[in-house]
Amino acid sequence: MNFTNFGRYILLLKSVFRRPEKLKIYLKEIAKQMDYVGVGSLGLIAIISTFIGAVMTLQIAFQLVSDFIPKTIIGSVNRDSSILELSPTISAIVLAGKIGSAISSEIGSMRVTEQIDALEIMGINAPGYLILPKIISGITMVPMLVIISMFLSISGGYLGGSLSGAVTPAEYLQGITTDFNPYTIVVALVKAFVFGFIITSVPAYEGFYVRGGALEVSQASTRAVVISCISILVCDYLVTQLLL
Amino acid sequence: MIEVKDIYKSFSGNDVLKGISGKFEEGVTNLIIGGSGSGKTTLLKCMVGLHQPDSGSVLYDGRDFTPMTYEQRIEVRKEIGMLFQGSALFDSMTVEDNIMFPLNMFTDQTRKEKLERVNFCLERVNLAGKNKLFPAELSGGMKKRVGIARAISMNPKYLFCDEPNSGLDPKTSIVIDELIQELTEEFKTTTIVVTHDMNSVMGIGDYILFLHEGKKFWEGSNKEIAHTDIKELNDFVFASRFMKAAKDKF
Repeated sequence: MNFTNFGRYILLLKSVFRRPEKLKIYLKEIAKQMDYVGVGSLGLIAIISTFIGAVMTLQIAFQLVSDFIPKTIIGSVNRDSSILELSPTISAIVLAGKIGSAISSEIGSMRVTEQIDALEIMGINAPGYLILPKIISGITMVPMLVIISMFLSISGGYLGGSLSGAVTPAEYLQGITTDFNPYTIVVALVKAFVFGFIITSVPAYEGFYVRGGALEVSQASTRAVVISCISILVCDYLVTQLLL
Repeated sequence: MIEVKDIYKSFSGNDVLKGISGKFEEGVTNLIIGGSGSGKTTLLKCMVGLHQPDSGSVLYDGRDFTPMTYEQRIEVRKEIGMLFQGSALFDSMTVEDNIMFPLNMFTDQTRKEKLERVNFCLERVNLAGKNKLFPAELSGGMKKRVGIARAISMNPKYLFCDEPNSGLDPKTSIVIDELIQELTEEFKTTTIVVTHDMNSVMGIGDYILFLHEGKKFWEGSNKEIAHTDIKELNDFVFASRFMKAAKDKF
């Protein structure tokens, strides 16, 4: 995203946050988007988180070969890695692929078929009507998905450890309850909020300014996912640097 | 009435409109005609505010639209209905929801009142009972008619139609033309149709503005168009053998 695009992105966001024409319609649209972003992504996030948790346990156990390190550390490392990094970042990158491409294609198709022009001619703030519900659903549902992902990732670690015998259930449970710092949850939720904003606003921007036809819509969709993923990783670093 | 005064518009140094002026009266069907790339769609988009002209003004019953703020433009846009070239129906909504959409956004009518209005609009375009169909289930002509129904749902003072006949068979084109003309006369709208369909020109062109290479070359009615000696206009209107033969009979 060069400076011109960044400027246009900021101007688009300014239009997005204009006063809604009719709150009731926007609320209906927000509920629809929350269902799509939240409920629609639950299955995918659940599968990914559970397996990542299980694999993490096995890999940590594989690397802890010293007898001087208690096996309870496997639970602690898995817990902190899941909460601080894996659940927010991996979930966000997966969601950028699933939701980001869908948002970009949907808005891009509306642009090339003049549906956005039709909204503007009617006197409707097209960025507000199309993008605001998506951003609100992103910043509310992504943190919720991340909370579920944390729980499932830690549970996946428990399952993986128990089934493989890499760590006993008692050791794992002791590990995840020892020296727990609740602040890590705050950091993860801040990340999830920022990522939710990126996942919805960047693809919406790419779709909104598409010119051309089907080819350009698909190119915008690809660009949206790439830029979202890079932005997520950059913001991940910045938030971690600021909050830890 | 809509008046355009000395409209200039260029894209990346390429002059598309070069000082277009014209008056479009209410209750008559006004046509903007011209070949591909003549600037007719750009002029239409400047008139409705989808493009900002480089200079010149667009007056809606004396109200200058071009310098208006976003909020002021919304008030004018509530009086505008527009039929797009590709109909621009919202894919995710049924026919009923498409037509009801502007009513939901800008009126406080009850659901029953809005449904009555939707049914009236659908009856008016001969699509009664098609409420629950989705745009993907409609033919090209039906989409155009739903587009017209949506455009008139808010009782607009100004109706814009961008190439309403494109992609339609000749018989359906005539149905759409006649519908536009009937609605214009019935609701006394200021109707502006951008077209290069000669049936429309000869059939409903109460006032015609001919554009060529971004300039106004001619204005008049369909009755006068056959008797001009402007080469560019004759080359455009009477390009086909059939139209040449028809001209000889005028």
